[in-house]
Amino acid sequence: MTNPNGNSPEPITPISRSSFSLQRYLPQDASITRLFIIMLVVFVLMAGISPNTFLSLDSFTSMSFQFPVFGIFAFAMMLSMISGGIDLSIVGIANLTSIIAASVMVRMLPAEASASESLLYILLGVAAALMVGLVCGLFNGFAITKIGIPPILVTLGTMQLFMGIAIIVTKGQAIVGLPELYTKIGNGSLWIFPVPLLMFCLCILGTYVLLNKQSYGMKLQMLGANPTASFFSGVNNTRVLLTTYAISGVLAAIAGLVIVAQTNSAKADYGTSYILQAILVAVMGGVDPRGGFGKVAGIVMAVLTLQFLSSGLNALHVGNFFKDFMWGIVLLLVMVINEWSNRRKVRSIS
Amino acid sequence: MKKVMQTSEFYVAIVVLALFLVIGSQSSAFFTITNLFDLIRSGIVPGIFVMCAMLVIISGGIDVSFPAIATFSMFCSTKILHSMHYDGPVLVAFLLSGLIGLCLGLINAVFISLFRLPTLIVTLGTSSMFSGFLLTFVGSSQISDLPKPLLTFSKEQIFKFTNDSGITVGLPVAVLVSLGVIVLVALLLRYTMMGRGIYALGGDAVSAQRIGFSPIRIQFFIYGFVGLMAGVAGMIHTTMMRNSNPVDLLGTELLIIAAVVLGGTRITGGHGTVLGSLLGLLLVITIQNSLILLGIPSYWQRFVIGALILIGTGVAAYQVKRSIMKRKSIVS
Repeated sequence: MTNPNGNSPEPITPISRSSFSLQRYLPQDASITRLFIIMLVVFVLMAGISPNTFLSLDSFTSMSFQFPVFGIFAFAMMLSMISGGIDLSIVGIANLTSIIAASVMVRMLPAEASASESLLYILLGVAAALMVGLVCGLFNGFAITKIGIPPILVTLGTMQLFMGIAIIVTKGQAIVGLPELYTKIGNGSLWIFPVPLLMFCLCILGTYVLLNKQSYGMKLQMLGANPTASFFSGVNNTRVLLTTYAISGVLAAIAGLVIVAQTNSAKADYGTSYILQAILVAVMGGVDPRGGFGKVAGIVMAVLTLQFLSSGLNALHVGNFFKDFMWGIVLLLVMVINEWSNRRKVRSIS
Repeated sequence: MKKVMQTSEFYVAIVVLALFLVIGSQSSAFFTITNLFDLIRSGIVPGIFVMCAMLVIISGGIDVSFPAIATFSMFCSTKILHSMHYDGPVLVAFLLSGLIGLCLGLINAVFISLFRLPTLIVTLGTSSMFSGFLLTFVGSSQISDLPKPLLTFSKEQIFKFTNDSGITVGLPVAVLVSLGVIVLVALLLRYTMMGRGIYALGGDAVSAQRIGFSPIRIQFFIYGFVGLMAGVAGMIHTTMMRNSNPVDLLGTELLIIAAVVLGGTRITGGHGTVLGSLLGLLLVITIQNSLILLGIPSYWQRFVIGALILIGTGVAAYQVKRSIMKRKSIVS
């Protein structure tokens, strides 16, 4: 802090900013290693505190039913954050899609349906949910790119809007009584792997391929680092942003489908605290909130770390409010550490 | 006149007026003193919050932690006063609550200005931290038997009227505190160097620093001031509800920010007026309180507010986009 350079505000001219974020690539890789170490430390710590409850197969099974939901939300948040925006509407989308899926499955399914018939309606419900998620995401993207409203405001508005639609559709009540087959699939396991965990793995794979094996990933990071530069190097910014928010909407819809299976109900105002958790996981996983950087591996490790921490605290019988307190502290600590190491790196280069 | 018509306050005022007329023509209950006082009463605490949110947004940040700060400081100070069976001037309660709020606001300021972290994420983190700490370590059950000075304060009313059916309606004295805060913020923004600094910082942080404003000092002032005001607002909430509930105010932040943004304050910083924000708040409160008078079921509220945010910000953003395009066509 004694260095005068450390106190000067971040240069915001295009040229210096792009070189600034190039330098960010180096420390972030170190932060993946750091995350891995943090994850191991938390794991060992929790295992040491309560070896009997934490280190059992039951506890791992219950964990693998819990983290997929906020893990998938974190991926949705990560994509929009890499683009330099933020998506506050993911939980709203998830609830809306889960309500659509549940109403398709519950209201349209005839009472005396055979197994194949109910499977058909389940597939129909899932398809409808994914469709609605896509449309919601595209709507976000449209408002951001075509009308030019800042992402935070768009998603703040659509968060209310989607939740509002969900409340209007259900008149504020929860939809219960889903087809048995659906909850059976959603809560079942393939061999020893729970279905939600498999969904999470699919999302990991999908996001990884998108970010690292497709040109979209490179374009997204360029756009997030510097929209002007990416525009002049031939990236169709509008299209990349539309794609980003659409994918974010579909991911949110998948999370909504997992929630429906787990709670056997769909509600308009379920799990609003997931927004904070998703931001926390994304930032902790090394996603730069100013845009331009994010790695799938970082997110996975952050998700696991938080789940270990949460399960370990559960074994100690602390309340949910204490967890809120912990999340806040962890979020701030991680950000401060990342910022410090970035600054040190920048200083040692210059 | 043309200048007035170009401001966003003008459009918000027209929307509010139109809404008033529509509701008034549908329901005779709307234009009564009772309903008017109801509207004002439900705007007392949000009125202060709106000023907090507006200051931060003008400076180029965004703060979602003020409800958590308000809850934390009101509950802690009520608990302290309650445990010592306090029986002195009511001013002490407000000072205590404000002081606690100030400290919490300064915590925000440390992360934001010294570590230069994004304001939204810092305040999300601190807000989760504050409310988690409050509910775990201080208490999670509400305090209903308030200390005596707070109770007497809550019963004092001004502007008393007796309406046709013989019921006396009045406003709580706390409305004066809100008015004071609003006037203070208006003066601060208009006539002081600090106010100019807040606009400058939000407009362009680098230029603000080049012309001699200290971003660190301004940010410490803003977040400290917001904490102080949130603490006071929390105490007012306690006196108006006549109990101290640690989960009451949480979750109101997004609606407040929506009100500020609807009032023409730009989320990118540098623009915003007290009048506009108040009009935005009036719009939101009217929708919340009086939509039902139009025969629209209350579960449409959220939808309408979401749509309003999108339309309101959309129109503003579209105008900016168009004016940039126009300027480009002149240059080329």
